[in-house]
Amino acid sequence: MTIGATLLPEEQPHGAQPEQPRRIASSLHPADRFFRNSVRGVGIFVLLLVVAIGVFLGFQLVPTIHLYGWHFFTQAKWLPGTKTSGILAAVVGTIEVAIIALAVAFPLAVSTALYITEVAPPRARTWLIAGVDLMAAVPSIIYGAWGAFELEPHARDLARWLSEYFGWLPIFKVDADPHAAVWEKSRFTSSVFIAGIAVAMMVTPLACAVMRGVFAQAPIGEREGALALGATRWGMIRSVVLPFGRGGIIGGTMLGLGRALGETVAVLLIIAPDFGIKIRILQTGAITISSLIANFFGEATGGQLRALLAAGFVLFVMTLAVNTVAGIVVTRSRSGSATEL
Amino acid sequence: MSGRHVTQADRTIYLPEAEFEEYDDGLPAPGAQLDAINVSAWFGANKVLHRVNLAMPPGIITALIGPSGCGKSTFLRILNRMHERVASAQLAGEVRLNGEDIYAPQTRVTDTRRRIGMVFQKPNPFPTMSISDNVVAGLKLNGTKVSRGERHQLIEQSLMRAGLWLEVKDRLGSAGGALSGGQQQRLCIARSLAVNPEVLLMDEPCSALDPTSTRRIEQTILDLRDEVTIVIVTHNMQQAARVSQQCAFFLAESGTPGGIVESGATDQIFGSPVDPRTADYVNGRFG
Repeated sequence: MTIGATLLPEEQPHGAQPEQPRRIASSLHPADRFFRNSVRGVGIFVLLLVVAIGVFLGFQLVPTIHLYGWHFFTQAKWLPGTKTSGILAAVVGTIEVAIIALAVAFPLAVSTALYITEVAPPRARTWLIAGVDLMAAVPSIIYGAWGAFELEPHARDLARWLSEYFGWLPIFKVDADPHAAVWEKSRFTSSVFIAGIAVAMMVTPLACAVMRGVFAQAPIGEREGALALGATRWGMIRSVVLPFGRGGIIGGTMLGLGRALGETVAVLLIIAPDFGIKIRILQTGAITISSLIANFFGEATGGQLRALLAAGFVLFVMTLAVNTVAGIVVTRSRSGSATEL
Repeated sequence: MSGRHVTQADRTIYLPEAEFEEYDDGLPAPGAQLDAINVSAWFGANKVLHRVNLAMPPGIITALIGPSGCGKSTFLRILNRMHERVASAQLAGEVRLNGEDIYAPQTRVTDTRRRIGMVFQKPNPFPTMSISDNVVAGLKLNGTKVSRGERHQLIEQSLMRAGLWLEVKDRLGSAGGALSGGQQQRLCIARSLAVNPEVLLMDEPCSALDPTSTRRIEQTILDLRDEVTIVIVTHNMQQAARVSQQCAFFLAESGTPGGIVESGATDQIFGSPVDPRTADYVNGRFG
């Protein structure tokens, strides 16, 4: 048989019949089937659990709206035993604490991540990574206690300084007599500002870990390309590492935001409950959704309890939205990564 | 073979006489003289280069050849201080750019790398930057400010020198990462040329490219010969023969650090090598 004439007649393609893709079916080994079914079961269970929590919390919203009306969302004060409770102050407070936490955590996380991946000598790097991971493992009640007892006296001084020099900005204004002989310390304690700093300590390691992972993956070829042009280390970081890590920076920050929105214990220990809707972050008193629930859960019954769970649903939706956006941003690759040779 | 010095491992080599004649017009040769003197290198405790001496004069293209793992890429990276990027890397000896040691304490590593450019094995344009931003990226990285007009002129001139201008002049704003591999490599050459280096090092610049792109890059290299001192590492014997005027054959025999076995004019290395190992290598009998 000569080369090129190896097709048997019945194997030759039939021009008239349209070609169909073949279905490839193969039977799995029992071990593979067992493994696949068990992990699939666990995966579905986890998904169902999240959906069930959401549905359970969401169902509490119906009787709550029935009882309080739509004022539930627009009424600032939470008044146990009345029919006019609302969560607006708590929603505003939650967002304020989260924003302050991010404002503090973002620069800390970016610079720590850059130091670890770009500057630190290898041995210091190992220790720093361990240290940051340890920071993430510290229970939040420790941060709360630290914030309330260690941080507060210092943060109070900073808050006073801020209000003295930047008090013309509404957010830094404090209702205190600036000319008082002894400054009114109690006006500056237990504020959103101090709670935000404590929460930032919890957000930083989380955001830092995500950013570090992405920065470390910045391609060596592009790094060396920049350095070979005579770039300084900062020039290389700015032109290669940061553009490459943009997704990680945004995603890590959003994950941190999700964490900051839900933080309970630390906030509970630090802020004094106050249902005023205010933007004065340095002044005593505020409330967040989670600290609201923690404050009133013990003595709540009936409609009150449902309302607290409905507030939890609002928080759940906020956190879910933030985490979903973060997930999308982190997994979406950058525009140039498809051009790898 | 008048004027051609066949040299041994520890001796500096000299130009073939014919190569000097081109510059007898009294003008100084463009590019810079690069000299490696007794260069040794280590990674940790492992010595990879032993006392390499090589003169890389302006106006001629120097090819570094040899089998994989013989230290030629390490040597090339020593020439513009990329070697020290590896944490465990160490070196001994001197590298002189126009007579001045680039490893001297008062020399800034960023200045050295700007004066001695490098093109890598794998094209590495900045993928998210446009073609024109890629070309002038070096200026931004060095903090050099240029006016709009100068910038455009520099982009056009650099792309022309790299032989890429005609292919990309209508899409300077599109992403550098969207070009073909060969175009990306020429973009990297243009990017290196834009900072006006005196020496251009090339680490197997064509090994990731198809034969047509390879031809274009080789033509580009030959065109640049009179403008910048070029040192090229290549695994491809034909390429070394086509583009270089002098050649250094590196070899690391089992268990010993790499070094130059023989260096000299390319015709001589390929035509009548002195060392039998060189003859074996250039004739494809090993490596």
